[in-house]
Amino acid sequence: MKSAVIVFPGSNCDRDLAVALRSVSGNAPTMVWHRETELPDGVDLIAVPGGFSYGDYLRSGAMAARSPIMRAVIDAANRGVFVLGICNGFQILTEAGLLPGALMRNAGISFVCRDVPLTVTNTQSAFTSRYQAGEAVSFPVAHHDGNYFAEPETLARIEGEGRVAFRYAAPVNGSANDIAGLLSDAGNVLGMMPHPERMIEPAHGGTDGRRLFEALAAA
Amino acid sequence: MKLRIIVTLKNGVLDPQGKAIHHALEGLGFGGVNDVRAGKLIELDVADDTSDDALDEMCRKLLANTVIENYRIERV
Repeated sequence: MKSAVIVFPGSNCDRDLAVALRSVSGNAPTMVWHRETELPDGVDLIAVPGGFSYGDYLRSGAMAARSPIMRAVIDAANRGVFVLGICNGFQILTEAGLLPGALMRNAGISFVCRDVPLTVTNTQSAFTSRYQAGEAVSFPVAHHDGNYFAEPETLARIEGEGRVAFRYAAPVNGSANDIAGLLSDAGNVLGMMPHPERMIEPAHGGTDGRRLFEALAAA
Repeated sequence: MKLRIIVTLKNGVLDPQGKAIHHALEGLGFGGVNDVRAGKLIELDVADDTSDDALDEMCRKLLANTVIENYRIERV
């Protein structure tokens, strides 16, 4: 699998993501600075990492979504290339219009940083095909703006199309329908607040995240 | 030309920051506060011939996220 990790000023999970991708696929990803305008040729997966791009100025992900490289990311997503946005990456993908809705300040105001139990609710996607439907997994979250919001008609459409990939097993941040991870209508874009790249090795406390990357590498 | 862009959360969108400010006001002993909503004020200084359409586009493309926010443009 040929992958690229986009790096913005303020990204801080880019290297964790690179380690996870290399560990699972055997190939190191290309790190692509946000000022670039082109992605490496033949890239299979674009990963948009967590962090605090542009210091969360204006809105989380708002500035990064308008970075030069995002034009290429949007074009690639529209061609069917896999795009995975984690945490700030999820916020960036919604701001860029690749996923519907928005991520707002956590309902409880506080930054939430802990492992959370999740339920895998869609196992048909290239990201989740190695999980069982309804399987309970645990990934860490670390975010202030993870409260997923969408208009009622958008939510109904997402649910009707089975696009929720992961749900919080118990409320974490006020997210509508406990949505933790969301697929695009074509299924090749996944945005999620929890961090699968931090559950790759037994030393991380679990390896539940590994199968997400393994499934992508095999897709 | 100086402008103020006022960005507010849409009605019905939960505003945890507004709620926290409300609680803090009550904690300070201020009574009679029915509700608090927090928003943003962005001041722009633009060329005098900037069209209304261009201003609108700035708001829709970047300054506000119209999924959750409304915006209002005021000339200073």
